[in-house]
Amino acid sequence: MSQGPNMVVCIKQVPDSAQISVHPVTNTIMRQGVPTIINPYDLFALEAALRLRDQLGGKVTVLTMGPPMAVSALRKALGHGADEAILLSDRFFAGADTLATSYALTSAIQKLDSQHPVDLVFTGKQTIDGDTAQVGPGIARRMGLNQLTYVSAIPSIDLEAREICVHRRAEGGVQVLKTKLPCLITMLEASNEMRRGSLPDVLRSERAEIITWNAEAAGVEDLGKCGMKGSPTKVSKVFAPQPRAEKAKMIKADDGSPASLATAAIETMLAEDAGLLKVMAPQSTSA
Amino acid sequence: KTTELPEHLKAYKNVWVFVELEHGRVHPVSWELLTEGRKLADALGVDLCGVVLGPKAEGTDQAIAEAFHYSANRVYAVEDPLLAEYRNEPYTKAMTDLVNKHKPEILMLGATTLGRDLAGAVATTLQTGLTADCTELAIDADKSLAATRPTFGGSLLCTIMTRAARPQMSTVRPRVMAMGDPDRSRSGEVVRESLGMVEDEIVTKVLDFIPDSDTNQAQLAYADIVVAGGMGLQRPENIQLVIDLAQVLGAEYGCSRPLVQKGWMTADRQIGQTGKTIRPRLYIAAGISGAIQHRVGSEGADQILAINSDPNAPIFDFAHHGIIGDALEILPALTEAFRKRLSVDRLAG
Ligand SMILES: Cc1cc2nc3c(=O)[nH]c(=O)nc-3n(C[C@H](O)[C@H](O)[C@H](O)COP(=O)(O)OP(=O)(O)OC[C@H]3O[C@@H](n4cnc5c(N)ncnc54)[C@H](O)[C@@H]3O)c2cc1C
Ligand SMILES: Cc1cc2nc3c(=O)[nH]c(=O)nc-3n(C[C@H](O)[C@H](O)[C@H](O)COP(=O)(O)OP(=O)(O)OC[C@H]3O[C@@H](n4cnc5c(N)ncnc54)[C@H](O)[C@@H]3O)c2cc1C
Repeated sequence: MSQGPNMVVCIKQVPDSAQISVHPVTNTIMRQGVPTIINPYDLFALEAALRLRDQLGGKVTVLTMGPPMAVSALRKALGHGADEAILLSDRFFAGADTLATSYALTSAIQKLDSQHPVDLVFTGKQTIDGDTAQVGPGIARRMGLNQLTYVSAIPSIDLEAREICVHRRAEGGVQVLKTKLPCLITMLEASNEMRRGSLPDVLRSERAEIITWNAEAAGVEDLGKCGMKGSPTKVSKVFAPQPRAEKAKMIKADDGSPASLATAAIETMLAEDAGLLKVMAPQSTSA
Repeated sequence: KTTELPEHLKAYKNVWVFVELEHGRVHPVSWELLTEGRKLADALGVDLCGVVLGPKAEGTDQAIAEAFHYSANRVYAVEDPLLAEYRNEPYTKAMTDLVNKHKPEILMLGATTLGRDLAGAVATTLQTGLTADCTELAIDADKSLAATRPTFGGSLLCTIMTRAARPQMSTVRPRVMAMGDPDRSRSGEVVRESLGMVEDEIVTKVLDFIPDSDTNQAQLAYADIVVAGGMGLQRPENIQLVIDLAQVLGAEYGCSRPLVQKGWMTADRQIGQTGKTIRPRLYIAAGISGAIQHRVGSEGADQILAINSDPNAPIFDFAHHGIIGDALEILPALTEAFRKRLSVDRLAG
């Protein structure tokens, strides 16, 4: 029996931003009572890995760096069918920017790799809180993995030849790429649909052991590269966007009918920018 | 310790902009960044430089010439056939070699799929700070780059500094910065370097490229006029009202996020924080509430006309003109009125 791919999926626990609000006076994020979720983009990565496991066997390990409460994200991932979960948690990791985050995650993945060689690392395209899309490339670079970002499909993988073929969203088109394993894939949104966890998986996830590593256990070599200390970027201030001075001027028409409102609106817009007429190029229909 | 610039990094000087050239065409975000970079270079009293990577035959000459038109003083170029299609490995090598040799203090890239892929790898290799999706760039009192970006979907902004590492890197999404007018008389110095790589060293191969024109991808970001619909359209078939108006105006059409989630429109037409940033001369938004995530992607429009049945809809806080009414009636009325107005205009002119 041939052995399936050994896969690691990085997931991040994020506040459900649909339910986040900003305190109008202090300009701080009101997190109290806001539920946390698995970063939605990471579910596409997890599902892609689970599909490869369905097809080829192998193992899916989910990995997160975060505070102890991030175990709930890992449990959810186990409920979806991941085999094993690792929480990377240490006060030295606090305040990490993307460079320090990719350093800590890389230490943990390298430790896994030393136990059993890792073939594929998956991340989401980006998160909904930090929203930088930089952690995936950071890990790839540090580990020397072939970097495949914005992947929409994995049409083929050949474990014997150690080759993988992917579709990558590029500017103005889709690249069909072939590269060697091991590689890092950041999965594009809407590239698949997360399965419902099976009942046994959901039950298992509630009791499953979560492996927890601090910096030392993860084999972190240089604490100076972790957390706030290892982060070249610093947030120097947080502030609310300037509201626009004026509100919209409402278009009025004597009879208030849609037709007169439309005519009045057009005159108003053209009064502001007469050049608009020149860029209006109707698709030629016989008028 | 992490706030003081170490002695050996003090030699880093000048503002660099990556000129994103692919398939013989420069992504316009590059010219937007050069326009912005000019202000930063002037504030620092240093040179503005472009970086052009690509195969010699396919448009590098043109890209270099145009970088000067958009006010670069100097262009660093690596011209090599291995840079024909974007691949991370050779691009990362070309860029990091250039940075290590010529030492820029600021390096800006477009936040495109190419730019983000490259920037993340380059920043990690150089062990420096990278601020994503900046909406405002400025030079602060100690001459560091103050990079401001939206957080939590735009409800707040934060300013990020990289005081103790160089170069200070940032990405900016297309259409966030305004593009200046080119000065075709300008020229400058070209510094050429070699890639120093052979194809055998590059593991990733491009088997095929399927251009979007084949799949009808929308070109929203650079459209002069955009018409969009939101949940106020109520039913998927009412999207036709948006398309009809767009067609009469020769405009692109788009939507708010829920329409994409419902499958009423494709993801490439979504406007906003997790969709496209647009900067048209005219944006007509019908039945869109104007949530912050939608606002950050559309408020750069020169003129915004919002149509909403609710006079208190947040979109009226940033639209220039508003019509309080039923989008299902106003949209066809606008289509009709524009059709008439345009045919009168064409007869006259
Ligand atoms: C408002 C705000 C703005 C920020 N701006 C910047 C900035 O401009 N530059 C910068 O360097 N840092 C920035 N940071 C810090 C950055 O968010 C953190 O470094 C964070 O730990 C990871 O970055 P991200 O959320 O952008 O992830 P992304 O790079 O967007 O995430 C990509 C993928 O990496 C994986 N991943 C990310 N984080 C983790 C994790 N903790 N555990 C497991 N997998 C993970 C996930 O699969 C995710 O889908 C910012 C943070 C905030 C809150
Ligand atoms: C992480 C995250 C990212 C997001 N990214 C984006 C993004 O990129 N783009 C985006 O658009 N959204 C985004 N959103 C969603 C955003 O928060 C809003 O939910 C969304 O923009 C609302 O869409 P809408 O205005 O069409 O719908 P609604 O908020 O439901 O508003 C419908 C509007 O139509 C009006 N209306 C109803 N009937 C009529 C009628 N007959 N005629 C005229 N007006 C009518 C109503 O008064 C209302 O103002 C994001 C959300 C999150 C959490």
